[in-house]
Amino acid sequence: MSTALHIEGLKKYFGAHEVLKGVDLEVASGDVIAVIGRSGSGKSTMLRCINGLEPFQQGRIRIAGHVLGEGPQNLRVLRTEVGMVFQSYNLFPHLTVAENITLAPRVVRKLPRARHDELVDKVLSRVGLLDKKHAYPDELSGGQQQRVAIARSLAMEPRVMLFDEVTSALDPELTGEVLKAIQELAETGMTMVLVTHEMGFARQVATKTVFMHHGRVWESGPSEEIFGNPQTDELRAFIEPNLK
Amino acid sequence: MAYEMNFQPVLSRAPELIEGTIATIELSAKSIVVGLAVGLVVALGRHDGPRAVRTLATVYIEMFRNTPLLVQLFLLFFGLPFLGLRLSADEAAVIAISLNLGAYSAEIFRAGLAAISKTQVEAALALGLSKLQAMRHVVLIPALKVIYPALTGQLTLTVLGTSIASAISASELTLAGARIESSTFRSLETFLVLAAIYIAITIAFRILYALVGRLLFRRKVPPPSMRAASAFDKKEARA
Repeated sequence: MSTALHIEGLKKYFGAHEVLKGVDLEVASGDVIAVIGRSGSGKSTMLRCINGLEPFQQGRIRIAGHVLGEGPQNLRVLRTEVGMVFQSYNLFPHLTVAENITLAPRVVRKLPRARHDELVDKVLSRVGLLDKKHAYPDELSGGQQQRVAIARSLAMEPRVMLFDEVTSALDPELTGEVLKAIQELAETGMTMVLVTHEMGFARQVATKTVFMHHGRVWESGPSEEIFGNPQTDELRAFIEPNLK
Repeated sequence: MAYEMNFQPVLSRAPELIEGTIATIELSAKSIVVGLAVGLVVALGRHDGPRAVRTLATVYIEMFRNTPLLVQLFLLFFGLPFLGLRLSADEAAVIAISLNLGAYSAEIFRAGLAAISKTQVEAALALGLSKLQAMRHVVLIPALKVIYPALTGQLTLTVLGTSIASAISASELTLAGARIESSTFRSLETFLVLAAIYIAITIAFRILYALVGRLLFRRKVPPPSMRAASAFDKKEARA
């Protein structure tokens, strides 16, 4: 299988503080990677480096045919090929669901107006929210907003999707519907990197799990092995209370 | 000794009053358009520009917010000719009032920009929008919505402030009134009529702001009380 994402020796500093201390990671097309670890272990920072939202000081990231870390890059083209969903949904409050979805296709891709409806229907049906087309974000529950955010990202037809703790802001009863949407997306063969605190979900959906600790990839492998047979004390200490 | 009001001498000068009213509306409209454009650009520069631009913007804002409009007007009209730039009274008025509004509105716009969370911009960038597109499509309208009452309040001050332009004999309503007063000696009647016309002008402008606001913020969400009621109705219907 071809490589969708390759991270090599990624180092990132916030001032003098080294947040990422040389991260290496390889993701094949169609892989679903769960990234787990304590707060402050660098998971989200790594994710934000991948689509250029966060600059980094050393290393290289190859993604969707682009190389970050070797001089200036056309970040805008990269970002149309790498979707990102955030913890706080970040829907645009002054636009309807349909307008949220078509904004980037309209402004960036110049998609003609005649094809907007078709696109909106296609991506909204994938997250089961066809009936909310004309609603405004604040008329939706957190779970629905997050599903719209996923649909909005899908509308750009990305080759890789990044999920940054997308269920952390949700009530437990709303988490399920978002995870279901992500799982269905995984089943379509979308390449995905998920930073998550949902251990059960990671184990069940992710083909591979990466445990980050102190700014490094501490342990990684097929999810079954990571959760079933952790090799390091740090990983054991991290997942044991979580699995109870 | 009761004073006997007589509006006849003032009202007989209606053509001048109408001309002055139109001139005031014209001066206000031009200054608002130019001033808001200046204010928005300066606010964007101060919010997100390189250091030199931020400094320049700050200097401009502080200069114009800490000097009287009348002095700014005199500087442009009486001062600039010494540097070889001669402006007509009407030109000097539009430029001075625009620059004054530009400085005040820049601070209002900046408050709006600061009120919009950085994550909104990040979401737009992550979708492939440029920084400028993110500003235009994601930040601008919600930011304007936050500051709209403050902004329209400032615009009313600007419209009323155009009367200061009479000091350099720019064509506008207060100058027309002063001329009528000095030839009729009906000071009370003249300035009562002027006040009434100014009220009418600001009300007309406010109606315009409301219409523009409705166009910009076209959300059609029912007010909270109605929403609560409809949720209640649903519950009732289910029961």
